[in-house]
Amino acid sequence: MSEASHHHVPAVHDDHHHGPASGLTRWLFTTNHKDIGTLYLWFSFAMLLIGGTLALIIRAELFQPGLQFIEPEFFNQMTTNHGLIMVFGAIMPAFVGLANWLLPMMLGAPDMALPRMNNLSFWILPFAFSMMISTLFMEGGGPNFGWTFYAPLSTTYAPPSVTFFIFAVHMMGASSIMGSINIIATILNMRAPGMTLMRMPLFVWTWLITAYLLLAVMPVLAGVVTMMLFDIHFGTSFFNAAGGGDPVMFQHIFWFFGHPEVYIMILPAFGVVSQIIPTFSRKPLFGYDSMVYATSSIAFLSFIVWAHHMFTVGMPLAGQLFFMYATMLIAVPTGVKVFNWISTMWRGSMTFETPMLFSIAFVVLFTIGGFSGLMLAIAPADYQYHDTYFVVAHFHYVLVPGALFSIIAAVYYWLPKWCGRMYDERLGKIHFWLSFIGVNITFFPQHFSGLAGMPRRIPDYALQFADFNMISSIGAFVFGFSQLLFGYVLIKAIVSGRKATSRVWEGAHGLEWTLPSPAPYHSFTHPPKVVEAEAHS
Amino acid sequence: MSDPSKDTSVYYVPENGWHPIWVAVGVFLLVSGIGSWLNDLQAGVEPSRLILIIGGLILIATLWFWFARVIEENSAGLVNGQLKRSYVWGMSWFIFSEVMFFLAFFGALFYTRVLAVQWLGGEGEKAITGDYLWPDFVPSWPVVQNPDPLVFNNPGESMQAPAITEIGAWSAYLPLWNTIILLTSSFTVHFAHTAIKNRDRTKLNLWLAGTVVLGVVFLILQVEEYVHAYNELGLTLDSGIYGSTFFLLTGFHGFHVCLGTFILAVQLGRALKGHFEPHDCFGFEAASWYWHFVDVVWVCLFVFVYVV
Repeated sequence: MSEASHHHVPAVHDDHHHGPASGLTRWLFTTNHKDIGTLYLWFSFAMLLIGGTLALIIRAELFQPGLQFIEPEFFNQMTTNHGLIMVFGAIMPAFVGLANWLLPMMLGAPDMALPRMNNLSFWILPFAFSMMISTLFMEGGGPNFGWTFYAPLSTTYAPPSVTFFIFAVHMMGASSIMGSINIIATILNMRAPGMTLMRMPLFVWTWLITAYLLLAVMPVLAGVVTMMLFDIHFGTSFFNAAGGGDPVMFQHIFWFFGHPEVYIMILPAFGVVSQIIPTFSRKPLFGYDSMVYATSSIAFLSFIVWAHHMFTVGMPLAGQLFFMYATMLIAVPTGVKVFNWISTMWRGSMTFETPMLFSIAFVVLFTIGGFSGLMLAIAPADYQYHDTYFVVAHFHYVLVPGALFSIIAAVYYWLPKWCGRMYDERLGKIHFWLSFIGVNITFFPQHFSGLAGMPRRIPDYALQFADFNMISSIGAFVFGFSQLLFGYVLIKAIVSGRKATSRVWEGAHGLEWTLPSPAPYHSFTHPPKVVEAEAHS
Repeated sequence: MSDPSKDTSVYYVPENGWHPIWVAVGVFLLVSGIGSWLNDLQAGVEPSRLILIIGGLILIATLWFWFARVIEENSAGLVNGQLKRSYVWGMSWFIFSEVMFFLAFFGALFYTRVLAVQWLGGEGEKAITGDYLWPDFVPSWPVVQNPDPLVFNNPGESMQAPAITEIGAWSAYLPLWNTIILLTSSFTVHFAHTAIKNRDRTKLNLWLAGTVVLGVVFLILQVEEYVHAYNELGLTLDSGIYGSTFFLLTGFHGFHVCLGTFILAVQLGRALKGHFEPHDCFGFEAASWYWHFVDVVWVCLFVFVYVV
């Protein structure tokens, strides 16, 4: 994507400034943060399409009550792998790809702090996902126990392919841990002079905090799948009460990982929209400091709320009360953020280019997901909502028009900087409206079917849910196929888009916009001096 | 390394290299091999270890060349102070992630010991489950009587430390000796570090070699303890939750001691070749931090797995 361009770089050190290597080895052996960012982003787009295909298989089956296309056993494999591929294959790598592309440019650094490890973090992923997807073709079928892989479904009653699932998770975890170590080292050590912590763009801040969350919880995930492996193959009894263990303990350890994981997928999204909204409102971000503190508070709270996923397993009352109130507390810093985004737009001279449209949709629809989260946090109410489509609607609202919309917004926003060319604004807007309408048609009715009692993870359902499911399936196909348009818009821009200026957007601030478009292969061999105005938008 | 530029104001960004992706290939083959090996064992099929071995060899060889390359780059003067700080941050946060890995297992120990086993025995609000399933189960820690001994054999005895007053029993208690050995080794590795700072190569080699020897002795005693547990106590991985937590915690710790000893041995080899200067010894320091980390984990193990 990025052409080597030397004119911006001081001549003295030109010998350091090779362009990209030619051929396939450029991608296999690369140590360049832009190349690796590109690899991450295309990989995650491929995973989005695969995971999306699984989702469409699910929605096709649910279009009408009764069993139409697939067996219940296969349906379970679809829900499981859809979740795993989207969480670990699409959303997380996309954010790491954005971090790779943007952190060195935003901080005034030559590259990521540990470039070879950066290459390794990426190249583990295609292997890990080949392994995971290959389980679908193994004897006994792939993982069929839901993306949360609760024991004993994932131990005593699991297909043999679970062993490979476990190792695939180990590999993804190793990739994430190395990736976050690299991000932390880059942010703490590679800032240009003058780029103090409180001058960093908010995308950098949110990624710093996300990297700590990853470091703290990915090893716990590794621990819990290791216990599964030993329960399955070596006769331990961690999750088997007959030997003194407890299947509920699996849920505790899993969600100790799982809840921070949810924020791992949303904090960088907060960062992205905090960059985009000021640009198109032509105002600085409202309440920068409070954004930093709110992000940190959310990260801290994410460690003490995990059991709100398990209100119905039979916890002591005191535990339920603690986890209920702690969870509700998260609404405070999240509210601060939403307030700040709206205040940034307030009386700004706003324009509505595609990245801005996706960001505004993010603020509105993510907030809807946040509100349904508050409803789920109320323990007695959760007894009713638990494991219904209401939960499905809730987390898809925060993940699809939340995390995914922010990723799409980021790609539209920075694409001109990456490849030096503009996307087709008219097609971008069509993509937005198709996605926006599609996503709401898909997931809004699921609130109603869930409140009416439709359970999640089933291939067939009672007749009274038929209408909502049919609407939902139509929306899913609209949304799914409009992502092919997204791919077309991207390729069209990269191949034949109109040339972009270096500032790209009239209201854009930050170091990355001081570089030419496309950004040179090596950004800042010698760190720039950072003045306040250029630091963050 | 086309240009060993002496301009240390430039952060050294390595050129493209083959090492990382081969590590990925090696890891992939290794875990695929382990996975199919385990599944073959489970299915009662004659297992093949070929893929596992190939993957392991690729991984080990690639890491060897990778580290050699990094050491060369450092001696060529490419590594400036800022890059060294990146290494320091990298190693520190790697150790933090290891701490969190062990925390998962300690969490499992505390949860089962304090909550799950008690509930199974009829404590608390959830008593009915235990009463209904295994009314005869009496909770205790160590769990020497499992809720369902037909599914999980009872361990004969536990590894629990003797009572505080039995001085004689303590002197024959291997975990105590292992604690003394590991704590001593933390001091010896620190003395080796001081020797680097004082440019005293003889002392460096001696203290470092001493640390490696202590690591090896620890591992031998640990194997001895496992043999004792399996053959004489009937305490095994599949003897219920006590054996599960005991072997996974001490086992993963032992694995980390193995790794740490190997890393220190490599540093010893480098020391004998004349590497390390007072202000240029990151490889050694990283190894010693790792060693202090496994030491701290052991102290927690000794307290919470053996004594309390």
